[in-house]
Amino acid sequence: MKFLKAPLLTLLILSVVGLVFDFALDAYFQLILLYALVNCLLSMSLNLVNGYTGQFSLGHAGFMAIGAYFAAYANTKWDILPPALNALEFFIYCTGAGLFAAVAGLLVGLPSLRLKGDYLAIVTLGFGEIIRVTLLNMDFLGGPRGYSNIPGFSSFLFSFIFACVWLTICFFTIWRVMHSTYGRGFLSVREDEIAAEAMGINTTRMKVRAFVLSSFFAGVAGALFAHFTKFISPSSFTFLQSVNVVIMVVLGGMGSMTGSIVAAFIITILPEALRPLQDLTGVDLRMVIYSLSLILVMILRPKGLFGDQEITAVWRKYARRNS
Amino acid sequence: MQDFIQHIINGISLGSIYALIALGYTMVYGILKMINFAHSDVYMVGAFAAYYVARFLGIENNPGFSTLITLLLFSMLSCAILGLAIERFAYRPLRKAPKLNILITAIGVSLFLEYGGQVVFGADPKVFPEVMKDFVLFNIADVELKSFDVTVLLVSLIAMLGLQFLIFKTKLGRAMRAVSANSSVASLLGVNPDRIITFTFIVGSALAGIGSVLVGMKYPKIDPLMGMMIGLKAFVAAVLGGIGNVGGAVLGALIMGLSEEMVVAYLSSTYRDALAFGILIVILIFKPAGLLGKYSVEKV
Repeated sequence: MKFLKAPLLTLLILSVVGLVFDFALDAYFQLILLYALVNCLLSMSLNLVNGYTGQFSLGHAGFMAIGAYFAAYANTKWDILPPALNALEFFIYCTGAGLFAAVAGLLVGLPSLRLKGDYLAIVTLGFGEIIRVTLLNMDFLGGPRGYSNIPGFSSFLFSFIFACVWLTICFFTIWRVMHSTYGRGFLSVREDEIAAEAMGINTTRMKVRAFVLSSFFAGVAGALFAHFTKFISPSSFTFLQSVNVVIMVVLGGMGSMTGSIVAAFIITILPEALRPLQDLTGVDLRMVIYSLSLILVMILRPKGLFGDQEITAVWRKYARRNS
Repeated sequence: MQDFIQHIINGISLGSIYALIALGYTMVYGILKMINFAHSDVYMVGAFAAYYVARFLGIENNPGFSTLITLLLFSMLSCAILGLAIERFAYRPLRKAPKLNILITAIGVSLFLEYGGQVVFGADPKVFPEVMKDFVLFNIADVELKSFDVTVLLVSLIAMLGLQFLIFKTKLGRAMRAVSANSSVASLLGVNPDRIITFTFIVGSALAGIGSVLVGMKYPKIDPLMGMMIGLKAFVAAVLGGIGNVGGAVLGALIMGLSEEMVVAYLSSTYRDALAFGILIVILIFKPAGLLGKYSVEKV
């Protein structure tokens, strides 16, 4: 059971942190924190495709939507376990949501991942929009009215720990995949597709694998989102949501797991932190600042906050320079 | 039967508006090999420029030929200036950067214009000035030919012919084609690629300006997010025809306009947005170079 040591330790620390937050923060900050965790899941999973494998997907919100709707539907319609085992039931449905999204990812990925660069971006965008339009037209899922009364957790601490469990699973899964032969395959596809192919790597299959794994966690993130907000509608999963996740990955540095996490927190908290500015000026400048900073990051620091390094490496470099 | 012909006329009119915007995408792609996501928002700014100019000159309730010309000119001018500024400040610093960074910058510029537009113009929709009176010009066997559709067709036809002349008959056009084929060789032969790229942005944006006035005339409700959907559809049209190919953009746009009109008329209007992406996905999977595009061989 040695391989479980690090994840369990992380989870323990996160739970203690959650306990502190439970007392220290009010409901508003707690909700923002939960959204930040959902965004962490999204950005980490997209980082697998956009950062490590070097493909550009713009349809992450579509997979998130699939996961969210599956979890919402399953939780309201099916009752497989007694109420005492509610958390386990949520966990099962989240896994189901992830699997559902992964299947969708496979169906989308198989044809479209033969394309490259801009074309891939547009096709994934297209699939994301098609998923959204289809949801709009599905009457048993509420259509444009959305899906309400989704059961959620009774307390903040519970939701926080539940999200952290998934966060830990996601982080360690991707981390360990990236340090296995598959991870080398993903990286080689990013660095030079032709050379990778010459070395006997089936590049399309590699890309599809990365895409499916990424869609799985996007679906889980969608399920968590549905539990936390208790209401979802197709307008929560627009093109803008996908762009948001891309911004997180880019800001954190493409190919940096910890970078994605840090960026997810920044991107979630920044619009809320800029709220006083809105009160001051009377107009909503938040999104303007947001988009402007995206352009400036691209021009001034194209590799993002951490580049393709992790926060530990950045910290070590900093410490060495100062010693 | 006359219904069908009526739908064809509407479809062609819609398609020629798509074509004007698609030309901007295809020209920039032809030269820089990048998708200019901000193009659809340049189009939005053009519509608002026309709106404010009309209010400023007091001609918002003065339909007629002179109003059309004035608004077209001002819209083209403001779009051209905006296109120039975007190229100069956002894209030029990234000329040597990886493609992904340029793509993300383009999305950033697009978002910036959309939200900046919401701050400056206000998020609520505005009513576009009445450019022309809509009346029935001809009535052939119960098929109505309205003045709007005829104007849209004529103006876009003139614009496209002008573009054709510019690209294939002038020195500047030859330089554009040269940069598009190979920019480093073109610069060896005395063409300044930066200037040509700037010029391409100006022309493409001006075409979007024309499109914005025509759309405003036909569907007189403008808001800062109006560019999003029409921009995506115009882009699909450009890909459908073979991106980088001027004739292909027009052909693709006409197909898009017609098929959209037919889907709305005979199937369901809720699926009209999904249709565009459906077409795109099918074309990219089966014929990625587009209808009129050339396949290029990847060299190692």
